[in-house]
Amino acid sequence: MTLLDFARGPGLQWSLIIMIVGLCWRVIGVFLGRWRKDLSRPRSDDLVQGGLRAIITRSAPAPELEKNIRFQHYTGYIWHIGFFMTVLLYEPHIAFFKSILGFGWPGLPSHLVVIPAAITLAVLVMLMIRRMIHPVMRLITRPDDYLSLIVIISALVTGLMAYAHMGPRYETMLALHFISVEILFIWIPFSKLAHMIFWLLSRYRIGTFFERKGVKA
Amino acid sequence: MRKDQSLGEYLRAQGVSRRGFLKFCSATASMMALPPSALAQVAEALENARRPSVIWLSFQECTGCTESLTRSHAPTVESLIFDAISLDYHHTLQAAAGHGAEEARMAAMEENAGEYLLVVDGSIPVGNPAYSTIAGISNLDMLKETAANAFAIVAVGTCAAFGGLPHADPNPTGAVAVSDIITDKPIINVSGCPPIPVVITGVLAHFLTFGAIPELDALGRPAAFFGQNIHDRCYRRPFYERGQFAETFDDEGARKGWCLYKLGCKGPTTYNACATLKWNAGTSFPIQSGHGCIGCSEPNFWDKGGFYNPISAGMWGSREALLGAAAAGAALGVGSALAARRRQKKAQGTEI
Repeated sequence: MTLLDFARGPGLQWSLIIMIVGLCWRVIGVFLGRWRKDLSRPRSDDLVQGGLRAIITRSAPAPELEKNIRFQHYTGYIWHIGFFMTVLLYEPHIAFFKSILGFGWPGLPSHLVVIPAAITLAVLVMLMIRRMIHPVMRLITRPDDYLSLIVIISALVTGLMAYAHMGPRYETMLALHFISVEILFIWIPFSKLAHMIFWLLSRYRIGTFFERKGVKA
Repeated sequence: MRKDQSLGEYLRAQGVSRRGFLKFCSATASMMALPPSALAQVAEALENARRPSVIWLSFQECTGCTESLTRSHAPTVESLIFDAISLDYHHTLQAAAGHGAEEARMAAMEENAGEYLLVVDGSIPVGNPAYSTIAGISNLDMLKETAANAFAIVAVGTCAAFGGLPHADPNPTGAVAVSDIITDKPIINVSGCPPIPVVITGVLAHFLTFGAIPELDALGRPAAFFGQNIHDRCYRRPFYERGQFAETFDDEGARKGWCLYKLGCKGPTTYNACATLKWNAGTSFPIQSGHGCIGCSEPNFWDKGGFYNPISAGMWGSREALLGAAAAGAALGVGSALAARRRQKKAQGTEI
């Protein structure tokens, strides 16, 4: 079995299985866990609206904090958008999703997808360096943050190298790209990257909580 | 061709002009990635080359490799080169049969001990030697016996080079490649299903010219022919870059000649000279004919997840495994939530 065969076969299958097991475990564990009973009198009956509102309002920095977190916040937007453009609009990626989902969608020319991928990579490297040199960021950064950044950067670097036919032979580079993405799959449920599932749920939950308390979310 | 006749003399006798001969020499030198300065050496070596003895063994094969070579755009200078070797044993081509044929092989082995070239097409069944025998001799025994005094071995076709189709899962005959059995002789793998005729003759020409085997890649293939992947040399590559793909074999993209990547083309991971040398006198090659590359010059190409699945797609068992994973994760989640509830209840003594 070649490295690419492993990466496309058992490696991919097991990494997806681990990711799905981990995410289902965490999400269902959280939902079925013991929720503290709120004995206070509700200030609002429309908790759903509060939850949905929080999803939107928390997508922008709070005005009071905007000056301090503007850079981190908007660079986050840039790389997330670039990352999802790369993942979802590159034709070979669409072929990958089609093999799982059974349907595909129109993509972008390959050389156009390289632009958001390169921007994403540059922003991520910049953010990682910032974490290392900024005194406050250093204090609040945990190994999880670095590992998550390294895993995502690895997937981007190997993908760009495979696209550009740089480094080892193409099939080796493609296998390394697959494997880096598989490490990402495995890492997602057990790290802060689980926010890809939890960000909506947690914002909704905090929105309903604040609504009940009569707090502006 | 008489044994004492040089190749140059033979070609002239066949009506090949000096100009035609030099054209072939320069094409051969170019194919073998030799510098222009080597042209004179190639021409001189080929001019004076004496016919080497070649023994061709066919094992578990379909004769496609022989067909590829002999049914190619003949007659050409390449085929004359093929005539110029002393092909002392070849099931399909030889006139002799039965014991006479085997005696010819034994005689060639004896007369040219240590000097003859052994060409093998087809894989060797080791699961049960009786699956393929010749004159009552198993393929395994015949290969070992013939390889013992060979100068070098040319494994022609993917079956001989890597096991090929007979080796495909579940490999009922226990098929293996030549290199799995013979480990003490130089082996040149000329893979392909079938290999490009010019590549076979190019390897023979190299042997005639230099009396040595050419530079090989990591899989034992001549680097001059297998050094680059099909994708890098494909004329449809610009469509790949533009994101223009045929989605089916009869859609507009297919009619416009767009990239066949999404239809399973294995060009990016296949190393061969199809896109440059092409087939049928340089007329076309599979991608030009509208079908993706199936990667036939690579090991285990039958077991790479389907000819029509793109290489960016996974090769897993089924979606059911992922559904099973979701169920297992849900069960784990329920279990851990219940355990957490029990712990909290025990620790705090409060109502849930």
